[in-house]
Amino acid sequence: MSNLLDILQETADPDSTKLSKILNLSVEEVDSQIEALRQDGSLIGWVPLVHPSKKDSNLVRAVIEVKISPEREGGFDRLAHRIAKFEEVEACHLMSGGYDLLVIVQGKNLHAVASFVSERLSTIEGVLSTATHFLLRSYKEHGHLLSQEGGISEKPPVSA
Amino acid sequence: MNPSDFVADHVKSLPRSGIRDFFAIVSEMPQAISLGIGEPDFVTPWKIREASIFALEQGKTSYTDNRGLLSLRKEISKYVTSFFGPEYDPQSEVLVTVGVSEAIDIALRAILNPGDKVLYHEPCYVSYAPSVTLAHGEAIPVGTIPEQSFSLDPEAFEKAWQPGCKILLLNFPTNPTGGTADRSKLERLAKFAVEKDLIVISDEIYAELTYEGEHVSIAELPGMKERTILLHGFSKGFAMTGFRVGFACGPDWLVEAMMKIHQYCMMCAPILSQEAAVEALRNGTDDVIRMRDQYQKRRDFIVRRFNEIGLECHLPRGSFYAFPSVKAFGLNEVDFCHRLLREQEVAVVPGTAFGDHGEGHVRASFSTSYEKLVKAADRIECFVNTIRSEAGEESAAV
Repeated sequence: MSNLLDILQETADPDSTKLSKILNLSVEEVDSQIEALRQDGSLIGWVPLVHPSKKDSNLVRAVIEVKISPEREGGFDRLAHRIAKFEEVEACHLMSGGYDLLVIVQGKNLHAVASFVSERLSTIEGVLSTATHFLLRSYKEHGHLLSQEGGISEKPPVSA
Repeated sequence: MNPSDFVADHVKSLPRSGIRDFFAIVSEMPQAISLGIGEPDFVTPWKIREASIFALEQGKTSYTDNRGLLSLRKEISKYVTSFFGPEYDPQSEVLVTVGVSEAIDIALRAILNPGDKVLYHEPCYVSYAPSVTLAHGEAIPVGTIPEQSFSLDPEAFEKAWQPGCKILLLNFPTNPTGGTADRSKLERLAKFAVEKDLIVISDEIYAELTYEGEHVSIAELPGMKERTILLHGFSKGFAMTGFRVGFACGPDWLVEAMMKIHQYCMMCAPILSQEAAVEALRNGTDDVIRMRDQYQKRRDFIVRRFNEIGLECHLPRGSFYAFPSVKAFGLNEVDFCHRLLREQEVAVVPGTAFGDHGEGHVRASFSTSYEKLVKAADRIECFVNTIRSEAGEESAAV
């Protein structure tokens, strides 16, 4: 993995000036490396991680277990890609076990998610069944705990 | 009543810690970026914390064997053999202590008679000389120098030796310099220790945080296990400072002597910390490597920046401290730190807090996030430029 990608994953901060200092490169070199990583598909995009309580409070998320029938050529890929392209779909993964796709969906409200499942997802040819579970509360997102751990502020600012 | 009559003379003689003075000032400045912290910025890995919580849930709230839980001593014995080399019997040659600090204290008290002398290298961790004084010994500092990256210099120890020396007190990798000790130097020192019949107390708390070369313990060298107390713990490598758990490994007669003091003054290390330590040794070594790799990257960054700025800085081969020189700026290290804190709100610790041999240097911990390190380095650069322009104005005026 490139040094840049390594540091980006740790700092999660695309500030070229800061990165240039850490990596001992010019800002232009950092920009050009970031562009190269985008071009070769290594760097897909940036996601600001917003605490769920600060988002639009009506947003509803659901995890959907989807069973689909594989196709002679391509297996699950064509259907999985088709489902993943819906803008309501946040994530889509092929799974081992009792179902095939794990689809995470976000909607304005319960009704919007229900409509997506019943009218769009279930009606796709090849989708055999769906089981929808609504998310009630999140405790950790992308490696970040959503509640601050206590006690850290007690650490002395200078110690031996 | 004269309060002074009721404080023992040797306690009165102890100097106030330079760290404490500085701590008082930095505490008033919560917005300052502190590179003065002598502990990991990582929280203890969750699996280790969880093991302690589980132990609490299971009702493990009692004392343990004075020597520590047997399960922990067995894990320590295995770990020490695999990481440091020598084999120790968990029944008689391992003692679990309340951090390495307690282990140093009881080792010194177990060995020293009043007036016995202890050779130790400086700059060093703040407690060594005071611990010797508290054990009624005489501490004899031996300087390590920037030209040798503050690494072990056996010749300096040989020159400093005098009749009455009983102990060599070592700490490699070193807080605050990051100095290390290579095998050939340790071999020469070991020969000297045998020749002069010295006991070695070797505090190897930063052993896992060695970035270049192998960590060599003096205890693994031929003939040294019988005259060495190897001290280690969980605070630095495993990021468990608050658990206060460490250990001593050594010959059974010396461990037994230390045990006598430990049982009367400490009873045992807290059981919940010992349970956490068992988990750390069984399943936490991957976390140690992950954290060490992070420290190494941050070290490379901050040392490069210091040298760019003009703070001459050797590459510390261990620990998480850089120890740059500030001699080029016409300020002593204490004034440098105070002005840097006041003018740019960055805290680094004056080198003399770690002994007179730290003169002209400051300690900067790189156990902090990239973001803070980048900001701190920029601010230090600003500060250094201010000092340079002041010096320029003065010389122009002359």
